[in-house]
Amino acid sequence: MSTKLIYFAWVRERIGKPEEDVELPAGIETVADLLRWLRSRGEEYENALQYPDVIRVALNQEHVGHREKIAGAREIALFPPMTGG
Amino acid sequence: MAGVVPAIRIQREDFDVAAEIASLTQGRTDIGAVVTFSGLCRDEQGALSALELEHYPGMAEAEIGRIAREAVERWPLQGLTVIHRHGKIRPGENIVLVVAASSHRQAAFEAANFLMDYLKSRAPFWKKEHLADGSEGGWVEAKEADDHAADRWKKPRE
Repeated sequence: MSTKLIYFAWVRERIGKPEEDVELPAGIETVADLLRWLRSRGEEYENALQYPDVIRVALNQEHVGHREKIAGAREIALFPPMTGG
Repeated sequence: MAGVVPAIRIQREDFDVAAEIASLTQGRTDIGAVVTFSGLCRDEQGALSALELEHYPGMAEAEIGRIAREAVERWPLQGLTVIHRHGKIRPGENIVLVVAASSHRQAAFEAANFLMDYLKSRAPFWKKEHLADGSEGGWVEAKEADDHAADRWKKPRE
């Protein structure tokens, strides 16, 4: 099953694309695992995610913490802290 | 109060504050207080030519909806409207609007305040600055003070 990853703001700019579909390898269970795996995919990912603590994550359009399990998520978004309002 | 369904709009276009108030109060005689908050783009002493607001379509509506429903559960409101714009916004233009209506002023004041604090730290919007000299100013950084402002509304766990 492929998972849709969506990026916003400077995460999107640094990775260089707004979204992509990926096949998550076995063993990627949590948000933290996902961030670690993405960082290994290339310089642009490493550049975007070098400080994983500041990266906010939404699973199926709801905020989650980095320890959350991602099993079955159709859509995972990665973005910096929000600055709306 | 049960039955109040917040009106949430995420849009590129501007909004009319008076028209939004009227749409909550028209034909009603039970509302005693309307509090509105408008957030505007400021020019930072002439340095800024515009803000570009990026948002997460779908989640922006969903998250503001969650925050608004929490407000409706916590305060006895008779109406609630939240509008957040996206796209390029120039200094002096509107960015965000909260309209809260209640019988007595305290509920409307507090609900509007709560909504803005939560919007700042949880609604998926990001501001990029465009500078007056034509250059790109970079992404606005989140303020820790905004997170603290949201934290103060947290209810103690029972």
